[in-house]
Amino acid sequence: MSGYNFAYLDESTKRMIRRAILKAVAIPGHQVPFGSREMPLPYGWGTGGIQVTAAVLGPADVLKVIDQGSDDTTNAVSIRAFFRRTAGVATTESTEAATIIQTRHRIPERPLREDQILVYQVPIPEPLGRLEPRIAETRRMHAMADYGLMHVKLYEDIARHGHIATSYSYPVMVNSRYLMSPSPIPAFDNPKMDQMPALQLFGAGREKRIYAVPPYTSVKSLDFDDHPFRPIRAPHACELCGSRDTYLDEVLTDDVGGRIFVCSDTDFCSERQAVKEAAE
Amino acid sequence: MTSPSPRASGTTSPRASGTTFPGFADPVLDAQASFRAVLQAMSRPGQVQRVPDLPELPPGLSPAAAAVLLTLVDAETRLCLRAGPEAAAWVRFHCGAPLVTAGAAQFVLDREAALPALDPGTEEEPERGATLILEVASLTEGRGWRLTGPGIRDEHRLHVGGAPPGFLADWTANRARTPCGVDVILCAGDAIAALPRSVAIEEG
Repeated sequence: MSGYNFAYLDESTKRMIRRAILKAVAIPGHQVPFGSREMPLPYGWGTGGIQVTAAVLGPADVLKVIDQGSDDTTNAVSIRAFFRRTAGVATTESTEAATIIQTRHRIPERPLREDQILVYQVPIPEPLGRLEPRIAETRRMHAMADYGLMHVKLYEDIARHGHIATSYSYPVMVNSRYLMSPSPIPAFDNPKMDQMPALQLFGAGREKRIYAVPPYTSVKSLDFDDHPFRPIRAPHACELCGSRDTYLDEVLTDDVGGRIFVCSDTDFCSERQAVKEAAE
Repeated sequence: MTSPSPRASGTTSPRASGTTFPGFADPVLDAQASFRAVLQAMSRPGQVQRVPDLPELPPGLSPAAAAVLLTLVDAETRLCLRAGPEAAAWVRFHCGAPLVTAGAAQFVLDREAALPALDPGTEEEPERGATLILEVASLTEGRGWRLTGPGIRDEHRLHVGGAPPGFLADWTANRARTPCGVDVILCAGDAIAALPRSVAIEEG
């Protein structure tokens, strides 16, 4: 695409984002402020993730974009098209073939490798924000590693519901130091972040924050000894591939109460379906 | 090379002087490749990465240090540079960074700057901690220092030829300030390896 720099952003913006990314990697789980730019799509559509991807992306990369696990939703299709046009990179729907995976609210089911980078789109980077609205105060709490408030919140969940009723955006401790929002991925995905071989980068465009989890870093979901963390999953098998160990979406099929459960990760599901068909 | 005032360049630069040494052949894609090398290095401490080739360089800078400067330093970053007048002129032309003393700098390329003297950031803003670009003689994986920490599965071995005396003691003190602290990018020839503040180093 003529008239634009490679990967849309200008070079001084990329340098600024790159400096923020490096500090984020050096301080795992700490939110680094950055000068988020106006992008040709609205906040809430992945501007943070797109800016991180644009700063990292090179011509040899193969980009995959997923939205809630799916490669073919509007958001994912648009972002892939954006980088095809502005950077001329190859895109893919295959988790295995990708070198950079930008994601909204899921971690692919297939384990990621050392040579891959996972870029999360983050709407609200501050895990303490709902409990303490003052940014000056939450900053202080992170500085002091004072996370008692979050434990109280989880405790109140247990007192009210008998279990921790947080099913997504489930807070994690990174490298035993910083409390971090994993972005609104289902709690089911949280264990995948722990000791992941791939680098994980998080971009929040509206909130202007970048944070990161380096490879092979401890990421622990907050819990209590007598109420250990339990990843939640719908107790069904995928209607299409039969999987019983993946995260499922509930899909309404008609207006008389018909519903099915299918894998949220469309690439993983179609791979399994292909294997199943080949076996038959 | 026309360098009108070849005076010893330290942290101050009396007048802008010209340079005939070029930067990246492809400023956009070479900077991207160089950044990816630094990102790899920073997220996998001690792993040696190569930066894109810079054919012609001012004396006083290794290809790796020059590539790191071109990739990360610009008019928005305070730089402390002690690499000779020609390198200073080159940096002024290609990066345009304001030159400051070591303690005030975000990026430091100065063999004599000791880790404890650099800005470690604050508890609330540890990302303000400086980045030290350290020229060393050689970087060899598989032996030497034993590195552990985020980014390393079990342990990683890195031999650093020509590290400044007392570096390991300084590093232990630097790491004790976590999350504050200084991050180091080691440069030797066209090779780099990084030591983020989170990594622990033991003598091998």
